[in-house]
Amino acid sequence: MSLSLVQILISGLLLGAVYALFSSGLTLIWGMMNVVNFAHGDFVMIAMYTAFIIWKLLGGGPLLAMPMAAVVLATIGIIAYLGLVRHIMRGPMLAQILGTFGLALLLRYGMFWGFGANFLSLPEDLVGGTFEWQGLRLQSSRLLGGGVAVALTLGLHFLLTRTSLGSRMLAVSEDAMAAQLMGIRPDHMQAVAWALAAGMTGIAGALIATFFYISPTVGENLAIVAFVTVSLGGFGSVPGALVAGLLIGVIESFSGYLIGAVYKDIVVYVLFIAVLWLRPQGLMGKN
Amino acid sequence: MKRGFYPSLFLALALAYPLLLSTPFQQRLGALVLLYAIGASAWNVIGGYAGQVSVGHVMFFGCGAYASLACYVHFGWPPLLGLPLGILASIGIAALIGTPTLRLSGHYFSMATIAVAELLRLVVTNIELLGGAVGLSGPVMPRTWLDLSFTSALPYYYFFLAVLLFVLWVTWRMEQSRMGYYLRAIKDNERAARSLGVEAGRYKLYAFMLSAGLTSIAGSLYAIMFGFIDPESGLGMLTSVKMLIMAALGGAGLLFGPLVGAVILVPLEEISNTLLGGKGAGLTFMAYGAIIMVIARFYPSGILKLLQDRLRPSAGGRQSDVA
Repeated sequence: MSLSLVQILISGLLLGAVYALFSSGLTLIWGMMNVVNFAHGDFVMIAMYTAFIIWKLLGGGPLLAMPMAAVVLATIGIIAYLGLVRHIMRGPMLAQILGTFGLALLLRYGMFWGFGANFLSLPEDLVGGTFEWQGLRLQSSRLLGGGVAVALTLGLHFLLTRTSLGSRMLAVSEDAMAAQLMGIRPDHMQAVAWALAAGMTGIAGALIATFFYISPTVGENLAIVAFVTVSLGGFGSVPGALVAGLLIGVIESFSGYLIGAVYKDIVVYVLFIAVLWLRPQGLMGKN
Repeated sequence: MKRGFYPSLFLALALAYPLLLSTPFQQRLGALVLLYAIGASAWNVIGGYAGQVSVGHVMFFGCGAYASLACYVHFGWPPLLGLPLGILASIGIAALIGTPTLRLSGHYFSMATIAVAELLRLVVTNIELLGGAVGLSGPVMPRTWLDLSFTSALPYYYFFLAVLLFVLWVTWRMEQSRMGYYLRAIKDNERAARSLGVEAGRYKLYAFMLSAGLTSIAGSLYAIMFGFIDPESGLGMLTSVKMLIMAALGGAGLLFGPLVGAVILVPLEEISNTLLGGKGAGLTFMAYGAIIMVIARFYPSGILKLLQDRLRPSAGGRQSDVA
């Protein structure tokens, strides 16, 4: 393989790891309570603005922005769950979809109103700029993003499969009524899931902000990327989201190289429709 | 009171409105209310009656709008002649999206509609024949009356009123037909409906195709009235949002729900745009977001249903008086 292809592969994997991180929040909530959070992309957007504000006010980089964005988003997640999602999740389909969709609009146009439609960005050398290694040009910000993202996605997987909290959450997702009879409060576990999912999304947003433009509508595209990742990876599967995220990052990176940057979004959206046609249960999902 | 009282009252008011309130702003506002009522009523067929929430309905609106103006730009046809082409394209796209996704849970359908609408917007932005990012313009000066290009909003008003009546008539016929009963059964409990032999996927698909074709008409009318379309106005997600919120606020799944929603929201939006200018757009859609959340949380069946429920206890009271 030539060097430039390796370069494209690596940048695709690094991007895909971040996709996997914020999609794992979506898949966790979907898997636990059968709710699709249509505001998920806008959660990422809010985290990106949080990172921007922290840099503007405190001059802090992602090491400060990640925990703070996680706290901000986890708070928003809990409020969204307690104030909205808990009440609509057993209602008609119309209410379920409209609820989080309305939240998405409120967040998106709230930021539009507050910050205007201008594209903002963090300084390129905030995370050490670009360096060469074995002839490959690597951006530190993307390397940091990819590394943290893989670690956190795997961390979430282990939290769900190896700890007592994870077992209680899985019990609620299997059968909320039975879990309640075993002394687990489904309400608490679902609130924890929202805090966890939104918090991870916050970290992902703070990472993306270091190498991507920030605008009120950026969440719309990111939401579709998350939908593709989750459908490809399979309903509620965190390892599935990791594999699918990496795959989509690589596909996007190669299609940007082969047919032009304008068309790479088109390729990802077509992929989504193809997945819905051919394998809606995803690569690793159960039927 | 007889069943047809409110519809007749509405029709009388609608016919008299542009004569009573006759400034250009008021007539244009009336035409816009009717145009959005057409779009929202079309959305209602799949979103309200079939309970499948499309969040990318603008794609059909865009099909109609682009078909009309592309026919004018490339063949010199009056924009009205593009209307049937837009309907055909919309029905085709609806079949393509609906066939795989309407078999799955409703979330997949909603996600697919968002993605396809966004995909179309990106594709059209990159197609020179459809005007790319700049957009397409209609006839500047009317060549014949067939171009339907008027400076006054009054002709559009009555034209849109006629189309709205047609759309409501089609919806009402559907509601009364076998398909209407099937859709109600599917919306109530799909598994139960299936077990009684209702082919749920097929009827949802029919509803989606009907809804797509009607939405396309609204798009063509928009292009005829404004004489201009670009990827943002013709395929941007905010138009989907407007159709959806008007139907949901008024009452999704009720014949006159979307009309009630349009009568409330279109004037509010026009007034806030006039008063606040460009900055107002952000506020308007923030408010839309909040309204949608409140509807979803407290009144998923909409204002009209709320009013009907308010009126019913008093009717019950009268009956008990008789007894």
